[in-house]
Amino acid sequence: MATLCQGLGVVIPLSSSNSSNFRLPSRRSISAWKDGIFVVRSDARVSQVLKTGGPNHELLIPNAVATKGGSSVASTSKPGHELLLFEALREGLEEEMERDPCVCVMGEDVGHYGGSYKVTKGLATKFGDLRVLDTPIAENSFTGMGIGAAMTGLRPVVEGMNMGFLLLAFNQISNNCGMLHYTSGGQFKIPIVIRGPGGVGRQLGAEHSQRLESYFQSIPGIQMVACSTPYNAKGLMKAAIRSENPVILFEHVLLYNLKERIPDEEYVLSLEEAEMVRPGEHVTILTYSRMRYHVMQAAKTLVNKGYDPEVIDIRSLKPFDLYTIGNSVKKTHRVLIVEECMRTGGIGASLTAAITENFHDYLDAPIVCLSSQDVPTPYAGTLEEWTVVQPAQIVTAVEQLCQ
Amino acid sequence: MALSRIASSSSSINLLKPLSCLSIRCRSISTDPLTVETSLPFVPHNCEAPSRAVETSAAELSSFFRDMAVMRRMEIAADSLYKAKLIRGFCHLYDGQEAVAVGMEAAITRKDCIITAYRDHCTFLSRGGTLIEVFSELMGRRDGCSKGKGGSMHFYRKEGGFFGGHGIVGAQVPLGCGLAFAQKYCKDETVTFSLYGDGAANQGQLFEALNISALWDLPSILVCENNHYGMGTAEWRAAKSPAYYKRGDYVPGLKVDGMDALAVKQACKFAKEFSLKNGPIILEMDTYRYHGHSMSDPGSTYRTRDEISGVRQERDPIERVRKLLLTHDIATEKELKDIEKEVRKEVDDAIAKAKESQMPEPSDLFTNVYVKGFGVEACGADRKEVRATLP
Repeated sequence: MATLCQGLGVVIPLSSSNSSNFRLPSRRSISAWKDGIFVVRSDARVSQVLKTGGPNHELLIPNAVATKGGSSVASTSKPGHELLLFEALREGLEEEMERDPCVCVMGEDVGHYGGSYKVTKGLATKFGDLRVLDTPIAENSFTGMGIGAAMTGLRPVVEGMNMGFLLLAFNQISNNCGMLHYTSGGQFKIPIVIRGPGGVGRQLGAEHSQRLESYFQSIPGIQMVACSTPYNAKGLMKAAIRSENPVILFEHVLLYNLKERIPDEEYVLSLEEAEMVRPGEHVTILTYSRMRYHVMQAAKTLVNKGYDPEVIDIRSLKPFDLYTIGNSVKKTHRVLIVEECMRTGGIGASLTAAITENFHDYLDAPIVCLSSQDVPTPYAGTLEEWTVVQPAQIVTAVEQLCQ
Repeated sequence: MALSRIASSSSSINLLKPLSCLSIRCRSISTDPLTVETSLPFVPHNCEAPSRAVETSAAELSSFFRDMAVMRRMEIAADSLYKAKLIRGFCHLYDGQEAVAVGMEAAITRKDCIITAYRDHCTFLSRGGTLIEVFSELMGRRDGCSKGKGGSMHFYRKEGGFFGGHGIVGAQVPLGCGLAFAQKYCKDETVTFSLYGDGAANQGQLFEALNISALWDLPSILVCENNHYGMGTAEWRAAKSPAYYKRGDYVPGLKVDGMDALAVKQACKFAKEFSLKNGPIILEMDTYRYHGHSMSDPGSTYRTRDEISGVRQERDPIERVRKLLLTHDIATEKELKDIEKEVRKEVDDAIAKAKESQMPEPSDLFTNVYVKGFGVEACGADRKEVRATLP
C-alpha cells in the first residue's frame, strides 16, 4: 500500500552533515494567477524551503508524488532501505540528535523502556539519560518544562504517550508554546516539537481514541503536521525538529507498523506542503493520516467503477497548503474531505471553510466532508467501526458528488 | 531625537540607563564591606539556615534605596495612569514587595534566570529594563519591551535573563523547571528562580515541577512571594498548610522576611549555592502588597485599612533601608529626599516620553506569530485577496 517514490523531484544528498546553516541563495516567487489568489514563497532556512528542481536546494524533496512502483525514478535512484513507520520516526529523531546536541527527548517511558511505541528505542543507551529523559506522569509540567527549555535554546521533542494526555498540558501548549513568541515581541523562540500517537485505534476506549488536532488547530503560533507513511514520517520529524516554530506532529496508533522502502540519503520534507498521493481528474479527495489508507482503498473500487479521483494527503494541518489544494480544485471542481476528526469543529470543518472562501468560484458542487461521528469512541468493535469513515462510505460519497 | 537631548541635558538622569547605575551624588559612597544583621531569623526546613549577618556595603545599600524608590514611584505612577485610562486591562502592582526584586538581583548574575507571574513590572526593571520600556508597554506603544503586544502581564527581557511575565497562575513554574533543565543540560553553573505567589502555591503543576526538579537535581529555586492574599482570598482560607516553605516535603525550604532586602539577598545567595550542589530549594518570602490584587480590586474588602497602614509603618522595605542609611551615616535626610525627588522626576519624564511613543502599526498584528517566514498570512479585512505565505 505504501509504496512511494519521488515522481518529479530530485534527491540531493547532504554535502556536509555538520553544517547547520543552510541559506537559500535567492527568493523565488511563483505568480501568474489571474484570479486573485497567488502564493508568495519567501526566503527562509533551506531545510524548510521548497523548490522545484534546481541545483541549489540541499536536501528538500519537492513535490513528493506517490506513484505505483516501477517508475523510472525509483529504479535509477538508490534502492534505499525498508523499515516500519516507527523505525522511520526513530531514524529521523536519531539523525537530528546526532546532528545537533541541543535536541533532546522527554516523555513518559521514552528512555529505558524505549517508548511505548518503540519510537525512541535504543536512544537512551546511545545518548544518555539526560538527552532522552524519562519523565514522571505529569504532562502539564513536563510539557511546560520543554517549553521553558526551548525558550533558552534547547530543542526538546516532547512525547505524549497518547495525544489525548496532552489535554492536561493544554494550557502550556496554548498559552506558553503558542503565544510566547508573540507576547515577548519576538524575543523568545520556541523550537519545540510535541508529538504523539492519536486517533481511533483498535478498541482502545473513548479516552484513548481522541483526535486533538481539532482542539489545537486554532491556537495561533503553532504549526501542526500529520504523518502517514514512513517516508513522510521521517521527513516531517526532521523538519519539525529543525523548525524554529513550535510544531505538533500527529502520529496515528494504527500506522506504526506500516512498512516502506525509504531513501538512504538524508532528506527533509517541507512542513507546509501537501502530498499528491494519486493524481486524477474527477474529484479531489483531501485526507490525512490513517484515512489516507481508507481513501486509497476506496480509490481502487472507484477506479474499477470508472472514476478518476485525485487523492491529496494534506499533511500540513496548520497552515493548510492552499496552493496544492487550490490547484487541484481548479482542475477537478469537486472536493471530498475524508478525515478522522469529529464532524463539529474538526480539521475538515476548517478546510471546508478555507476552500469555500478561497476557491468558491471553482466548485461545481458543495464540498462534502466525511468525518467521524460526534460521539465518544465506543469500545465495541462494530460500533467503533461505524464511528470512523469506512471505504464504502467514501465510494458512495464520490458517486453522489460526481453525478 | 528627543531622547538623546534629554539624556545629554539632564545631568544625572539618564532615562535609558537601567537601574543601579547611578549613585547618590555629592558624596563618594564607599564599597567597603559592612555587616548588617537581618531583623528576623531565617526559618529552615530540612536544611541549615544561613547566617543572619549579611555582608553588604554602603554603595549597595544606597543602590537598594534608589532602586526601590524608582520601583515604588513607578508603581504609583502606573496606578494613576490606570485611573486615567491610559493603561487598560489588567495591572498588578508590586509596591510593598520591592525588597524581593532588589534583594534577589543583588545576589545573582544576569546569567541566572528569573521567571515570575504577572506582578512583573519591578522584576523587569531589576533585570535591566528601562522605565520607558515599562510605561510604553503598559500603554500599548511600540517602544514597549514586547512591542506593545504583551501588556502588563507579559514583560520579557532576554538579555537580562528575565523570562516573564505570565498571566496564568502557576504556569510559569514548569517553565522555570525547563529553564533550570536547560541550565543543567548546558552545564552553565547558573540557577533559575521561579517566582510564584501564595495563591499559586496550591496549583498541582507546582508539585509536579517540584518532583521533577528534585528527581533530576535541577538548579531550580522556587520562590513563593507570600503576600498573604491570593487574589481576594486570605491564605488561611485557601491553604490547609500555609507554611509554604515546608510544602516541598523532601525539598528543603527557607522562610525569609521578604520586606528586608538584605535578608532576601542573603537567602538568594544561599539558595544559589545550595541549588547548584543539591537541586531544588523553596524560599518563602514573607512580604506584603499595599495595592489590591490588581487595579480592579480596591484591596480593602478582604483586609482592613489598619492592617495595610500597620505594615506600611512597621515593615516598609524602603523605610527600613532609609533607617539603615541614616544610622550608618551613609546619607543625610536631605540627600535621601533629594534622591526621591530625582526619582519622581525620572519617572515623570519617562511617562512623558512613553506617551509620545507611537501605537503599533496595523501590520504589527501579524508579526511574530511565527518565526519569520512561516505560517499563513491573511491580509486585508475584506479577504478578497488571500496570500498564503509558504516559505
